[in-house]
Amino acid sequence: MTTISTEHYKNKAKEAIKDDVLQSALAGLQNRLGPATAAMYKNLPEGDELRYKAHEVRMFALDNLDMLLEQLAQKIRQRGGNVFFARDQKEAVNYCLEITRRRKAKLAVKGKSMVSEEIGLNDALIKDGVKAVETDLGEYIVQLAGEHPSHIIAPAIHKTRNQIGSLFEEKLGISYTNDPPTLTKAARKHLRDAFLTADIGFSGCNLACAETGHITTLSNEGNIRLATTLPKVHVAIMGMERIVASLEDHDALFRLLSRGAAAQNLAGYVSYIGGPALDSEIDGPEEFHLVILDNGRSKILADEEFKEILCCIRCAACLNVCPVYGKIGGHSYGCTYTGPIGAVLTPLMTDIGQSKDLFQGESLCGACQDNCPVNINLPRMLLALRAKTAEGDPRWNIKPSSPVEKFIFSIWSKLISNRKAYDFFFRLARFGQKILPTKNGEIRKLPPPFSGWTLDRDMQQIASKSFIQKWKETQK
Amino acid sequence: MTLFIQCLVDQIYPEVGDAMVAVFQKLGISVNCPTEQTCCGQSAYNSGYKSVSKTAAKRFIEIFEKSEVIVCPSGSCVDMVRNHYPSLFRNEPDWHSRAENVGGKTYEFTEYLVDVLKVEDFGASFKEKLTYHDSCHLLRNIGVKDQPRKLISKVAGAELVEMGNSDKCCGFGGTFSIKYPQISTAILDEKLDNIISSGATTVVGCDVGCLMNIQGRLNRKKLPIKTMHIAQLLVQ
Repeated sequence: MTTISTEHYKNKAKEAIKDDVLQSALAGLQNRLGPATAAMYKNLPEGDELRYKAHEVRMFALDNLDMLLEQLAQKIRQRGGNVFFARDQKEAVNYCLEITRRRKAKLAVKGKSMVSEEIGLNDALIKDGVKAVETDLGEYIVQLAGEHPSHIIAPAIHKTRNQIGSLFEEKLGISYTNDPPTLTKAARKHLRDAFLTADIGFSGCNLACAETGHITTLSNEGNIRLATTLPKVHVAIMGMERIVASLEDHDALFRLLSRGAAAQNLAGYVSYIGGPALDSEIDGPEEFHLVILDNGRSKILADEEFKEILCCIRCAACLNVCPVYGKIGGHSYGCTYTGPIGAVLTPLMTDIGQSKDLFQGESLCGACQDNCPVNINLPRMLLALRAKTAEGDPRWNIKPSSPVEKFIFSIWSKLISNRKAYDFFFRLARFGQKILPTKNGEIRKLPPPFSGWTLDRDMQQIASKSFIQKWKETQK
Repeated sequence: MTLFIQCLVDQIYPEVGDAMVAVFQKLGISVNCPTEQTCCGQSAYNSGYKSVSKTAAKRFIEIFEKSEVIVCPSGSCVDMVRNHYPSLFRNEPDWHSRAENVGGKTYEFTEYLVDVLKVEDFGASFKEKLTYHDSCHLLRNIGVKDQPRKLISKVAGAELVEMGNSDKCCGFGGTFSIKYPQISTAILDEKLDNIISSGATTVVGCDVGCLMNIQGRLNRKKLPIKTMHIAQLLVQ
């Protein structure tokens, strides 16, 4: 799902800000999870040290990614599993379709997976005649509504129970109710049927461990365990960066992941999966595939400035504190990964110039880094992306995106290099502001490029004398 | 003690600079102010114009590097000098060490008063309900949270009432507020709601960027609440 453009971003943001229901849902999410996650970090025996350690662990994995992935693949193959390295989304999707075709699959159940959203798996399966059913309750709701997730962990956060009641009435044929337990039971009934009859199960991967050669999935509804053990075939898709070297590293990350995602000590269901069911095991799939997806990650990995973004474990903690996400919601971003993480990751995976609003439309407050379980310096990379659009970079195929802004800053550069020129400029501005509409000494309307400021705010006038001028006078 | 006057203070809020000078005079500290200083380059840096901010940084370093200690009434400008200047010169060892040298002796106003001078009581008196807004860069990148609160608590007659989410961004974000005014305003209105709910009549802050943003919206909405830089409070 990608509809990234300035127009989309600004229009959707405006709509979202006017949507009172969405605003109260976003405020509820942020007021609940933001402080709760911060409190959980504080209560860790290691305190913030664990977040710093986790960052090192992730960076170590990135520095040794080739070897770790090979180690993982080898272990899974030894257990009879299949591992496929997909260069891009097309290769990943085609590999999945080959399996569904070979198995003559008609019905697929899916555990919640953002990487499957990234490659557009659902649409591809449906087009190929396979009914793909999302089994995470939030994802199920979003799928029934024909929408996309608006939050990495809470995909249906933009929907009220009344809306869900109407949706279930229409799509599931039950009588209208807005009672959450009744709605959940209705979904459960439909999903149970899907689990029991599905030919294939798809899942993502929260984290893989090279030392043990397994992938791990987390859920609070138990749906991923059902989707990965009941069908005869399990296909797991992971971003190639989602691996750590050792079980010890894995544990450190896990303690943080659930805290960042849902302010929990640990998710309700944790599954360690290393291949198909062994002969000695009575349940589990007879066929297991792990798709390891690149899709632009290698390019990010090769850039020292942005490599750090691959430390992300997709917990969405940054969304839960971001003031911008808290107002515009997930759909304004027009892409799979939203919020601060999406604002950095999406441009790097798609097109920096086209998605410039994602990183320019952030206030740089830094709350995201404070709430990140692996302490990713998101503000630094938001700035680095702005530098790409400002000054251009052939490596990322980007030219300076705003000649007007560039010109203004080149003038500004000259002015701030010379106090006399600087004073002269502000003398002109002092004179010029006299013709602007004012009220009680406040400017009501600024000219472009500053007009955005006075859309909803007044502007204090430039003082009659600058501090430096007054200082000079008192020193005489 | 050398004054590093933020450009917004210099041109729009010179009274904040005056208040700062008055505070230091009260302590008997001699103050100097390089009159050729202009802007630290933060707005260019935050918009991605690294070469412009480098020009500003080099000029700043040349002007201030002989100073013993540099004090500024803005957390985000100190953040620029202390944290971003060295990173701008990552690949220029000479400039990098000069940037680190200047950054290491540049302090935010309340940080300098409370942590270095260890003075909290300035004999100020202000009989109002105050609430304090934590500016993002000051709080997260400089680590200043308690210092302004300590100073406020010593102001006679002032009652500090904490607003909800005082550490949440006010929506300013420099050029962000001009490029994405609707998003900025939506964030700002949440800040206003928290200010109003606190029952305070004055909002105190350490960064005129945030205060200009908050005051601009308060005025537009015709709300009788005022904003005040902490230096101004200390000379009341």
